[in-house]
Amino acid sequence: MTAVDAAGPLLEVDGVSVRFGALVALQRVSLEVQPGEILAIIGPNGAGKTTLLNVISGFYHPYEGRLRFRGRDRTHLGPADVAALGIARTFQNVALFKGMTVLDNIMTGRVLRMRSHFLLDAVWVGPARREELAHRAFVERIIDFLEIEAIRKTPAGRLPYGLQKRVELGRALAAEPALLLLDEPMAGMNVEEKQDMCRFILDVNEEFGTTIALIEHDMSVVMDIADRVVVLDYGRKIADGPPDTVRKDQAVIDAYLGLPHA
Amino acid sequence: MLEALRAVLVAPVADMAGAPAFLMEVLIGGVFAGLMYSLVALGFVLIFKASGVFNFAQGVMVLFAALTLVGLMERGVPVAAALLLTVAVMVALAFGIERVVLRPLVNQEHIILFMATIGLTFFLEGFGEMLWGSSVKKLDVGIPDTSFKVAGVLINRLELTAAVTAAVLVAVLAVFFQRTRIGRALRAVADDHEAALSLGIPLKTIWVIVWAVAGLVAIVAGIMWGAKSGVQFSLSLIALKALPVLILGGLTSVPGAIAGGLIIGVGEKVAEVYWGPLVGGAIENWFAYVVALAVLLVRPQGLLGEKIIERV
Repeated sequence: MTAVDAAGPLLEVDGVSVRFGALVALQRVSLEVQPGEILAIIGPNGAGKTTLLNVISGFYHPYEGRLRFRGRDRTHLGPADVAALGIARTFQNVALFKGMTVLDNIMTGRVLRMRSHFLLDAVWVGPARREELAHRAFVERIIDFLEIEAIRKTPAGRLPYGLQKRVELGRALAAEPALLLLDEPMAGMNVEEKQDMCRFILDVNEEFGTTIALIEHDMSVVMDIADRVVVLDYGRKIADGPPDTVRKDQAVIDAYLGLPHA
Repeated sequence: MLEALRAVLVAPVADMAGAPAFLMEVLIGGVFAGLMYSLVALGFVLIFKASGVFNFAQGVMVLFAALTLVGLMERGVPVAAALLLTVAVMVALAFGIERVVLRPLVNQEHIILFMATIGLTFFLEGFGEMLWGSSVKKLDVGIPDTSFKVAGVLINRLELTAAVTAAVLVAVLAVFFQRTRIGRALRAVADDHEAALSLGIPLKTIWVIVWAVAGLVAIVAGIMWGAKSGVQFSLSLIALKALPVLILGGLTSVPGAIAGGLIIGVGEKVAEVYWGPLVGGAIENWFAYVVALAVLLVRPQGLLGEKIIERV
């Protein structure tokens, strides 16, 4: 779907530190996201996972270190500009537009793909109208894909939590991102919903070739779907590798079993 | 006791039935006034929807727009050119407000943005008077303030023009913000700044558009009210009249602002004419606020506002 520079990693995080006052949330974290992979970022509570995601999506800016996307430096871009580069995200606590229908929510994901002038759009004629219809067709495909046809016209705020998460994924997909960031896509879901979400994530990765970086707590899920796992603990990266290797890593086991930090 | 009940409940209705043409005139007068309230209320709703900010400066924007227009005309600028220049000034003002007031305050509490708009009120008031002076000015838009009769009902030309203009503007804006992409982006921004940003919706552009449109609405409101009662400081006080309209209609609803304006406009005229004599008149001055108070007690989100759901 998106032409990727085959030569290097899609995203490079290079020695990034983030501070909130005296609290160091991230300390010289470096990692790479390779095109086409599913990368899982795991770690105990407060390890800095969401902070890292917020840095990548431009909501936080690192106090030191650099970010490169497709080889270009973009350390200082804000969230709207990051989105324009082709990075979409979901939020830990679901940030849907609650008063809008599911369809409208996913349509907002198309904003960056809309080209016609808004004044034309205002009078709903010619190219603006054709464009709106084309976007509508694309959004209907996403709705089919996520199996949420039945709730298209329901205001997002009225949906159960599991479905809200699914709609939020749909909104992120509507932007046709090169890199999709998912912040705990399975939090608060039951087993069945988790299985559905796993299937969607794998399908997105395979069918559209979308690169995915996700934060997840459920270890069995991570081991099942991730190509590579990065482990954070107290703002530092303590492991990086295939799931099987990371699972046997002593530092990771210590972090999860709560070995006292000297 | 019975006498009092009769005076309150029966006599006014009998009056209405007794003189239908006069009742028509009262109702039409109410609709006209109501549309003008809607127009001012709409300015508030647009900005509130897009940023969650209650724009205290909306009333002063009406005054400022009218002052600019009259000031230019007094200096010999032809009406059409003066109008275009005023539009340019209000759009420039929108850019200025975004750059100087809103941008440094992104992600701050709503109350802080609200305070900032109070500051803006004082600035615009002083700036307007510095530029154009503080004397009362007459605004002549070339429509005679005279009446004609339709089927025995007196209709004022100026009020009719104002009402039609307001109705058209309100309809256009309602369609623009409910049916278009900009409208969708606007609702998205109002719902969740972070999520909107993560989709690449440019907050700055949206804010400039909304404040510019609120500025245009202020121009129209300024011309209409200015032509009726002269351009003077008290023009900014019509914002106070828009407040109960907003509470009644719901702060987040464009149709609500229209319905609220009409209900208040018609309600206060009818109450004044038919029930006014019972309490010695002046119902028009407090009717809107009593209605607003009653609505707040029963339905705090207003007639058409989005229901306030909060997790505790």
